[in-house]
Amino acid sequence: MSNTPLLEIEDLSARVKDKEIIKGFNLTINEGEVHAIMGPNGAGKSTLSYVLCGKSGYEVTSGHVRFKGKDLLSMSVEERAREGLFLIMQYPVEIPGVAVTTFLKHAVNAQRKYHNQPELDTMDFMKLLREEGRKLGISADMLKRPINVGFSGGEKKRLETLQLTILKPQFAILDEADSGLDIDALKVVSEGINAERNEHNAMLVITHYQRLLNDIVPDFVHVYADGHIVKSGGKELAAEIEKNGYAEFTKEK
Amino acid sequence: MTEKKQTPEIADESGDKYKYGFVTDIATESAPKGLNEEIIRLISGKKQEPAWLLDFRLRAFNYWQNMKEPTWAKLNYDKIDYQDLYYYAAPKQKVSPKSLDEIDPKLLATYEKLGIPLKEQEILSGVVAVDAVFDSVSVATTYRAKLAEKGIIFCSISEAVREHPDLVQKYLGTVVPYTDNFFASLNSAVFTDGSFVYIPKGVKCPMELSTYFRINAQNTGQFERTLIVADDESYVSYLEGCTAPQRDENQLHAAIVEIVVLDNAEVKYSTVQNWYPGDKDGKGGVYNFVTKRAACRGKNAKISWTQVETGSAVTWKYPSCVLQGDNSVGEFYSVALTNNYQQADTGTKMIHIGKNTTSKIISKGISAGHSNQTYRGLVRVSPNADNARNYSQCDSLLIGQNCGSHTVPYVENRNKSAVLEHEATTSKISDEQLFYCRQRGIDEETAVSLIVNGFCKEVMQHLPLEFAIEAAKLINISLEGSVG
Repeated sequence: MSNTPLLEIEDLSARVKDKEIIKGFNLTINEGEVHAIMGPNGAGKSTLSYVLCGKSGYEVTSGHVRFKGKDLLSMSVEERAREGLFLIMQYPVEIPGVAVTTFLKHAVNAQRKYHNQPELDTMDFMKLLREEGRKLGISADMLKRPINVGFSGGEKKRLETLQLTILKPQFAILDEADSGLDIDALKVVSEGINAERNEHNAMLVITHYQRLLNDIVPDFVHVYADGHIVKSGGKELAAEIEKNGYAEFTKEK
Repeated sequence: MTEKKQTPEIADESGDKYKYGFVTDIATESAPKGLNEEIIRLISGKKQEPAWLLDFRLRAFNYWQNMKEPTWAKLNYDKIDYQDLYYYAAPKQKVSPKSLDEIDPKLLATYEKLGIPLKEQEILSGVVAVDAVFDSVSVATTYRAKLAEKGIIFCSISEAVREHPDLVQKYLGTVVPYTDNFFASLNSAVFTDGSFVYIPKGVKCPMELSTYFRINAQNTGQFERTLIVADDESYVSYLEGCTAPQRDENQLHAAIVEIVVLDNAEVKYSTVQNWYPGDKDGKGGVYNFVTKRAACRGKNAKISWTQVETGSAVTWKYPSCVLQGDNSVGEFYSVALTNNYQQADTGTKMIHIGKNTTSKIISKGISAGHSNQTYRGLVRVSPNADNARNYSQCDSLLIGQNCGSHTVPYVENRNKSAVLEHEATTSKISDEQLFYCRQRGIDEETAVSLIVNGFCKEVMQHLPLEFAIEAAKLINISLEGSVG
């Protein structure tokens, strides 16, 4: 862990349509750190991830977000991605007719182009994809299938993880990465994610249950309720919540 | 594109992506404007046609005079003044060319610019033979000698009338009679050229045959007529491409394609239609009224239509399969993409007559901008067509808020043993799909093109490889400006 800030969120407020969901949210994440945000269902955890990624329909009403010192909120969705922001989505969407390979090749080359790197050679890319896929139990056959179409919950999350390992973002948000996973798949996915951890990147793990945090062990845990962080602590806080639930935080209001 | 400056009536190129919009400055010979018996006699005379063909034309003309332009299609366009058109325009040539060396170099240059090399030695490994039709007249047909070794006839229809009159007379108008419909009657009266293909018994055509249509002259209707005959046990794959200059006025194109497929023969007909679609405000563009039909006359005959339609201001086109032979098979794979103010009413007809006939329809319509698109299809099973099978799938994809998409499937079943399936979907490119792509770093325009190409994949894979690449590029170009 260093003290170089990667993501700095200051007094962020945001709404969906007329409803204020995020209210005065503050958090700084340094390089090399893994933070977990835990909170009850409906607290707006996913909203936070969409706001950070710039999804349309989520309006920032106040506050600042700096990513690697740059103003994140002024960037387009794809610019944020190319700068190294990656979201493992809770419900990855199906795109009929677009093979996983084709999709990922476009993604990789769009990002390389942004960083003035030459396009990856197709043969090299395929080799890389197959190797990384194998580690996650993704067959060559699955790589040819249209992205997420007819994939099981586990397959979708493996594919999200594969994209993480191929794109190697500097900052990854995991939005309920364990939903839809059985124990074995959870192990494969979390191992894949852990292997990507290093001193220069960081992660934000958004989860309702502590279960995922046994495998992806965070440095900091924050409890999120009513649009902002109500309590912060170390990994032991997760165990505490598992035991006592969120009641103590939600009844505050 | 210096040619453009010479003719002021060419649409301004600003904001337009149509790269085939240039005009070739070439001397043409044309008959006076208007349509009457005299003009028809003149066309027939120019082509030194036999009496039976002139008679066919005149009968068609007389019939047409009592017909009304169809209005059932979901299309809106200004009334066409059929007397204000030229019906004959041909590049001036002293003698008909014996070889490519005798062809006006400006014509050769035009086709080169369109990416259609006519010089045989320049065509890679000779996988495609080309018939080039310029303003209704066939100007060059390549690889004829090589094809002739196998007994394959590939030439302009005018030449076929002279050289192979029996074959032409035997089949012309037998699939699309001159009484068929308004535009077919018009074409039968005034058609000027087109391609003729005959594949003899047992011959598998060793290369793709291709016709490349080009409208150049102004105020000139284009009426080509293509006739393909696949004799017993034969096979041919045929490609058709079309482009036109960019003009502010509308150009009329009313073609006929007739295909006869005999016992155990197979014809694969692929079209990439890229006539000028008009500008972004809907000015100009080609009116495309085409009758395409294949008759599977023999047992186990097979016809497969694949079309990618991105051009034309107005499209009225229903490539059809008449499944007469027992066990014959008809297939229709279509991608139609409309943008800006384009209108397309297109689909197919599957007429089951023989026993155990099967047909398949896969139609993908993409509407963007202010365009309007209709899938119109007919599946008819005759009383004797025992065990007929049809599967139809019509999917529509909408881009933006201002376009329209309609599906009109007609089914007429007169045989209890028939099994007919129809599936239809309409979808929009969802915000979720766009967000997913963009979150991985893919820009919005590329994301749309990825999603659209994915949507069309089932159809595109039926195109010959080089054509499929070309078609995918064309779809991307046609989509430009449809997002944001």
